[in-house]
Parts: sequence; C-alpha cells; structure tokens
Amino acid sequence: MPTKFSKETYLYWYELMQLIRQFELKAEEMYKMAGKIRGFFHAYVGQEAIAAGCMTATQHEDPFITGYRDHGWALAKGTPPNACMAELYGKATGCAKGKGGSMHFFDVSNHFYGGHGIVGAQIGTGTGLAFAEQYKGTNNVVLCFFGDGAARQGILHESFNLAMLWKLPIVYICENNNYAMGTSVERTSNVIDIYKLADAYEMPADMIDGMTAEAVHDGVARAVKRAREGGGPTLIEMKTYRYKGHSISDPQKYRSKEEVEEYKSQDPIQKVLHTILENNFATQADLDAIDAKIAGIVEESVKFAEESPWPDDSEVLKDVYVDQTIVFDED
Amino acid sequence: MRTIAFREALREAMSEEMRRDERVFLMGEEVAEYNGAYKVSQGMLAEFGPKRVIDTPIAELGFTAVGVGAAQNGLRPIVEFMTWNFAVLALDQILNTASKMLAMSGGQISCPIVFRGGNGSAGQLGAQHSTAFESLYANIPGIKVVSPSNPYDAKGLLKQAIRYEEDPVMFMESEVLYGEKGEVPEDEYYIPLGKADVKKQGRDVTIVSFNKMMKVALSAAAELEKEGVSAEVIDLRTIKPLDWHTILESVKKTNRLVIVEEQWPFASISSEITYRIQKEGFDYLDAPIRRITSADAPMHYAPNLAALAIPDVARTVKLVKDVMYTKK
Ligand SMILES: Cc1ncc(C[n+]2csc(CCOP(=O)(O)OP(=O)(O)O)c2C)c(N)n1
Ligand SMILES: [Mg+2]
Repeated sequence: MPTKFSKETYLYWYELMQLIRQFELKAEEMYKMAGKIRGFFHAYVGQEAIAAGCMTATQHEDPFITGYRDHGWALAKGTPPNACMAELYGKATGCAKGKGGSMHFFDVSNHFYGGHGIVGAQIGTGTGLAFAEQYKGTNNVVLCFFGDGAARQGILHESFNLAMLWKLPIVYICENNNYAMGTSVERTSNVIDIYKLADAYEMPADMIDGMTAEAVHDGVARAVKRAREGGGPTLIEMKTYRYKGHSISDPQKYRSKEEVEEYKSQDPIQKVLHTILENNFATQADLDAIDAKIAGIVEESVKFAEESPWPDDSEVLKDVYVDQTIVFDED
Repeated sequence: MRTIAFREALREAMSEEMRRDERVFLMGEEVAEYNGAYKVSQGMLAEFGPKRVIDTPIAELGFTAVGVGAAQNGLRPIVEFMTWNFAVLALDQILNTASKMLAMSGGQISCPIVFRGGNGSAGQLGAQHSTAFESLYANIPGIKVVSPSNPYDAKGLLKQAIRYEEDPVMFMESEVLYGEKGEVPEDEYYIPLGKADVKKQGRDVTIVSFNKMMKVALSAAAELEKEGVSAEVIDLRTIKPLDWHTILESVKKTNRLVIVEEQWPFASISSEITYRIQKEGFDYLDAPIRRITSADAPMHYAPNLAALAIPDVARTVKLVKDVMYTKK
C-alpha cells in the first residue's frame, strides 16, 4: 500500500522522535542517578509525534513558542543536543548560557522562543510574536504550544479574541495529555473538548490524534496554510499522553499503570517504525544504525556538558539590562 | 514537646480553624485530590469534603477573584497559591480590589481572606520560580504580610490570620522549609501579627531577618560567637505591620544593624527598616546600617549563579565584621 508521505519524511520523523526520546531518557538518568541536573524537569516522552508532524508541516523560519516542557521543541527546531544537555547541566555552553535550565530553553537562531514557566503565559506572548510577523509583512506563521491545564487560563480568551480580530498568523496547539499535574481535563471545566473553546471567537478548530505523526502533519499543514494566506489563527487540540510523571518528583497516584500501558501501546515511534519496515523504506539494520547514531549523539551531549565550564560568577549581574550603563544595587 | 514539620503546622492551623468556623474554606490548585502540590493540605479533603477543600483549574486570576468576592460576602477563604510566583497573575484582584475595598466603600466592605503559599527561591528553579515577594506586597496599603521561619510561628500566625484578621493577609511560606521540623505544642495557641521575636540575645550587633534567611542569620551569629562577636538575632515574623520598635530597642543596645533578606534590594524590607531606624535611632548608631539581599537580577539556573544570588553565611559574617570596624 503506497503511503501518503515519502520515505524521507518517515525516516526524518523516526530519527527526530528517537533523538527526543533518547535525549530525554538520558537526561532523566543524569538527573536521578547522577544528580547532574537540578530544578524542575518535565519530560516530553510520549508526545514526540507532535514535534515530528509540526516540523514537516512548517518552515524553519516559523517561530515556535511553548511552556516548560520544552526540550523536545528545541531539539526539533535544530538546537544542537550538546547545547541542550549543557543547558540542563547549567553550563556556560548551554542554549541559554546555563541561565535558563530545563524550563527555559531558548534558541532564537533556530526560531525557538522558549521555554516559559508561567502556565499559559506563552499563549499571549506567542500572539505577540504573530503580531510582529504580520506587522513586518513576513510570510511566517507562529506555532504556539500549551497544555490542557494552560487552556483554563484567562489569557487564552483575550489572546484568541485579539488574534481573530486582527487575523494574526498563528496556530494555537493545545497538547492535551489529559493531565495538568494531577488534575485530569474533566475536572477542570464544563467543556472538556478543548478545541471547542475556539467557537466563541469563530476561530477554526480541529481535534487531532497527537500520537500519530501523519495526522499531526495534516492538521497543522492545513492550519499553517490558512494562516500564511492571511486567513488568521486556528486552534488545534492534539490528543496525546505523557508517559512520565508531570515532573521528576511526581508520584502519579492520579492515574493507573494500565492507563499508561494502554497509551504506550500506541507509541508514536513504534507506529512510524512499523510503517517504515512494512514499506521497505529501510531495513531493521538501517534503523539500528540510526539508533546507534542517536545513542552516540546523546552520549556526546553528556560528555560535552560534563566538560563544559560553569558560567563565570560575574554572570549573576549580566543579561539583566541591555543598557550597560546601569549600576547595580550591590549593598 | 512534640516536633512536627512546617507543612503539618500549617495543616493543623487550617484544620483547627475550619473545624471551628464553617465559613473558612481552602481553595487552590491541587489542594484536594492531590493532597497539595507540597502536601500541606494532605488529608484535608478526606476530613472536610469537596465543599470546603476545593481544587481549582489553573486560573489564578479567576479563583483569587472568587476568593475576594466570597470574603466580601461573609466567608473567610484561604486561597493557596502553588507558589507566590503564580499569584502575580492575580495581582489585579489583590491590589486593585482586595486591598482597596474598605477604603473605596467608606468602611462598608472588608475582605477577610488569607492567601498563602511557597515564596522565594527553592534551589535551581530559574528566573520565573524564584521571586521573594514580601516587599512588593508590603508596599500595598490595606494588606498585611506574614513570613514565618519555623513551624511554631507558622501555626500560631496562620491561626491568627484565619480567625482574627479582618484584612487580607499574604502568608509567605517556603518550599524548602515545608519539611523542617520544630517544636509545636499540642495545646491551641495564637500569635498576634506585628510582633518580632528576639531569637538570640547579643551585645555587639543586631541581625534582622525573616523566613528561610533566618537560618543564615542564626548560623552567621553562631560563627561570629566563636570569634567573640555577640550578635542579637531578630526574626521579624510579620513584615507588615513592621515591628520596628523591637529592632530599635536592640539597636539601642548594640548600636549596629545588619539586615539579611531574600528580597531584591531596591525598595526592599531592609530599605524600610533602614529608613525607620536612622530616623528613630540616629544617635544610637555607631556604623552605617548594612544589608545583604538577593542579587539585583532575575535568578539564573546554574548552581554557582543561583548560590551567589541569595545571601549566605560567609557573606553575612563578613558584612557584620564590616559594621564592627569601630571595635576592631
Ligand atoms: C501560572 C502558573 N500556575 C501554576 C503553575 C504550576 N504548574 C506548573 S505546570 C502545571 C500543570 C500544567 O499542565 P498542562 O498545562 O496540562 O501542561 P503539561 O504539564 O501537561 O504539559 C502547573 C499547575 C505554574 N507554573 N504557573
Ligand atoms: Mg497536560
């Protein structure tokens, strides 16, 4: 059976999703086993198909912005794994000079606007990124990601209204993994289909299977096309699942092991792998070679982070103002 | 006496007041079914049920407004912020409504509400999860600010705030103190707001602090003791109203003052104390009042930068030695 997407697309998806997953698993190990990473740490494991599908449905120049579950997005946009791991370690070579940490990855050279820690804030900030694209007359479309929990913040409504009023080039993507920490979606609202929140603003909306790269690509491509052509924003609700706890310290008493296993059985990477093998896009040996390459990249990122220097102590008072004439209040 | 953890002291305070008064309820993110993001409200849903221990969606502005409205209409809400960093979304309701209701209504409508949660830095949490907000809220007329350093004070002050305070109270805890144990009697007690506590008597210098920085202050005092410097250590406990009389009495004895706090420096608690003490105690001072605050910058993630951004024992000791110059 011929596939709708090319061999190259499938192999790209496979490689990207494996990179994200293996990076996350290694980083978690360095957090738990080695104590090399501190602070809050939110893994993207399970949600990789959204990154994969969004990447093939957009251009490099399209700005992306998300919350604190951001490692996968930086990697997808092209931030070197070395810079990502170094950021987790807090090293000077990190993608935010070690100043951001896990929750605050940034890489403007790859059009990645972070990495935000206040739930829902990026819905508004992303709308502003889109305003600037429209103002400057570019052809770029902003992809703005947030969780199901974030969808209950008031800023969503103000942003949706403004974006529709001005027909801003933005795609709002709610990564609905069914939980905001320990709170399931049905405990947060009378409206449990999050995509319906667009209705009040007559914003086009879609609900997509976020565990399948093909479906993500199709849904996002439609929305991006509309936005690029001046048709304004779209809300897409991606049904997805996080395999790991909310953060490393989450005991996960709010869900059953069976539920987690059920979702793991629809694993997005396994689905792509299956399609690749079934269509002879690659042999198992080829895929093993990709896996080995990724394992090498991830190992290298740890080595790089280990060997990188800490930020200089003087950095405490740097990057606070652009204005270098400011005199800091030091006692 | 029995010892309990800080989080248990807070829980006892809330539970005792809820048993006493039907009008008191607890609302916030993950407070009920998850038993609290930091397990402060563990078991409270089981005891009081979902009418009085209420999980909210992530909607700080919305649920704060509900609390403020409920307080104006006869209830006595306790609103938990997972941390005070997120209360910024609700600042409109706190500053523009809660703090001003009494004034705007010509004394008709008060707002007896307690907002509480973890405040300040808690390790390497980065810029958006590390702000200490005491000075920001203390700047607002109409609200009170409490910032306890130990389980005993936390319980007595929280009970006082819930039961007796008719004005909005900002109750600032610390994620890193929740597990700290301390002596708390079984018998019921209240601690009035606005009274500082002299934790250690001393002759040579006064060190003022509050919340988790009290550890730095007390450790510095212990270090100094070894070197023959006798420091008096004062725990403010309540930031607003500020008990400057206790500080002044101490300064009259020691003639030197050092303040240790986690606020950003500009217009901080130490700024306020410094103004008051130079005005009321100018003739008693033998050295400039000095302070150690957080760095005048957002907190960075890297371990060395995070450690440098907040006061520590070594730098506090050095500062005290600086103000002791007249005796050297
Ligand atoms: C304004 C604000 N409130 C609360 C928090 C604490 N918090 C961090 S993540 C989170 C849950 C968010 O869930 P969701 O939006 O579904 O995203 P997910 O973690 O599932 O990706 C909460 C409550 C915060 N960071 N910011
Ligand atoms: Mg979620």
